[in-house]
Amino acid sequence: MLVLTRKLNESIMIGNDIEITILAVEGEQIKLGIQAPKHVDIHRKEVYLSIQQENNQALNTEVNTLTNLSDFFRKK
Amino acid sequence: MKISTKFHGEIEMNVGEIYTFESGIPGFVEEKQFGLLPLDETPFFVLQSLKTPEVAFITTNPFEVFPTYEVNLSDEVLADLQIQSEQEVTVFTILSVRDPFEETTANLQAPIILNHTKKLGKQYIMKTDNYTTRHKLIPSPVAQEVK
Repeated sequence: MLVLTRKLNESIMIGNDIEITILAVEGEQIKLGIQAPKHVDIHRKEVYLSIQQENNQALNTEVNTLTNLSDFFRKK
Repeated sequence: MKISTKFHGEIEMNVGEIYTFESGIPGFVEEKQFGLLPLDETPFFVLQSLKTPEVAFITTNPFEVFPTYEVNLSDEVLADLQIQSEQEVTVFTILSVRDPFEETTANLQAPIILNHTKKLGKQYIMKTDNYTTRHKLIPSPVAQEVK
């Protein structure tokens, strides 16, 4: 991992068009400003991981579960 | 073209019906082409990856199950999916189907957004605290009694 030290209001560039700026440092919290092209998705990592995890969970549906599903709606 | 599916066996699919997910979806970034297959006798659709038969998500229209559900598309999503009017947009929610079915949950935090005119799609992770990845599809019996 590349490690860089930055001060308040200093930035780093990732490639030609992504800029990350240190906007504020308050105790344990650091406020980042991110400028990136629209097609670049930016998420808090824990949010992204929870979506990944739920997508994996969603794939666990077995074919027989699905048969039950059809039965469930037929009964309605 | 012929495609192999998880729930429908081998089926024939028109190339014009294929949705492109340019960045895949979280956890499955290599899956970039999907078909939308109705699931007989249910209000559900299968979002089936063309590359991997096992990658097939059960989805449904979230607004029918959760009438107060709101999705506000960001400018980024509108640009990504080349959306010009509301008429082009279809929203689905991915279900984690569980046994018993009553335990099934819907991921309202990250809906699937489709532009059915341009055949583009993506999973949109909403930046809101209003929704989580697990909303029960069927309210628990206790909640129903209260009504």
